[in-house]
Amino acid sequence: MNSEDFELMRDLLKTRSGLIITPDKVYLLESRLTPLARRSGLEGLDDLVAKIRTERNEELITEVVDAMTTNESFFFRDKNPFDAMENSILPALRESRADRKHLRIWCAAASSGQEPYSIALIMKEKWEMWKDWRIEILGTDISRKILDKARRGLYSQFEVQRGLPVQMMIKYFTQKGDLWELSEDIRSMVQYKELNLLQSFDGLGRFDVIFCRNVLIYFDTDNKASVLDRMYEHLAPDGSVFLGAAETVLGITNRYKPVRGLRGVYAPTDAEGNIAPAALSLTG
Amino acid sequence: MKSCLVVDDSKVIRKVARRILEELSFETIEAVDGRDALDQCNRSMPDVVLLDWNMPVMNGLDFLIELRQTPGIQQPIVVFCTTENDLSHIKIALEAGADEYIMKPFDREIIEAKFAQVGLV
Repeated sequence: MNSEDFELMRDLLKTRSGLIITPDKVYLLESRLTPLARRSGLEGLDDLVAKIRTERNEELITEVVDAMTTNESFFFRDKNPFDAMENSILPALRESRADRKHLRIWCAAASSGQEPYSIALIMKEKWEMWKDWRIEILGTDISRKILDKARRGLYSQFEVQRGLPVQMMIKYFTQKGDLWELSEDIRSMVQYKELNLLQSFDGLGRFDVIFCRNVLIYFDTDNKASVLDRMYEHLAPDGSVFLGAAETVLGITNRYKPVRGLRGVYAPTDAEGNIAPAALSLTG
Repeated sequence: MKSCLVVDDSKVIRKVARRILEELSFETIEAVDGRDALDQCNRSMPDVVLLDWNMPVMNGLDFLIELRQTPGIQQPIVVFCTTENDLSHIKIALEAGADEYIMKPFDREIIEAKFAQVGLV
């Protein structure tokens, strides 16, 4: 790939999705976009870039962004965040929200649905605690295609084995040929919406918990700060944000502080830069 | 270092599993069928057994039933690892005392994830 083509793709991906592609990641463009080029009847990546340059075909650009931003997901990924959710965050929210019995959770890079469904499964396993609550779980992603897969709740044998305990698998999934289908009961707990994190969050409302894991790592510092600062406006003062294991707010924004003892969990700060009093219950 | 007994009549599967388990820092022992596995357990009980279902001499299910009925031993964690991928087999295995279930083919991520589920990784 020549430098002009690389720059075109780099700028396109950054503008459309926030994804940063550095020259050492050219192999990612090749490995992910060559199959798309072939599917589109083109010889290879060079032809694909030429077609984008000359035609500015929006449908093709969307497919390029989809192919570059769709990342593998699995149930209970990294385990610790879900343990923190189950054992610390949800019990604290159950107490603080006891009067209105309403929880709102946002998975900001929901991909094929494993993350929001993992949260739904945690809550379903303790349904006695939540059955008279209004639970809203929203999964958003930039890719319409991946959200269609999430809505279907159909997973391959490989996908259901990565992180999902077998007891949960047999309880909540039905075998459909080579695939496993998540029960309607769990699927109906999650709503999906197409959303580009670089664009406005207007209309989403306020959340008690935001999962934004393993997506900011692909953004530059300005876009990381922009996303986190705008999420702050949509987070309850005693809410919490979950980031990926390789992500942090340090040096990016002072609107959150790490919650002590819960790795990857951040609480919003007040005007003085301290964890908001309402969120202190999370810190134990 | 935790120990894992890999029970499978396929030499290739044992070799692949051994490589993954050693990467995960498990001391790995091998057995070619259920009877061989029981003998190995009598000599030294592993922390975990990665168990195939269909094997000559004694199959994985019979091995598991006999193991779980043996009194006075430190019961290991048992993870089935088999091509039997239908719900009825999974339920039978769990009722017999399996702790987790892997449907072949498997890779390192699946073994790591399943072992994490039962507190081994």
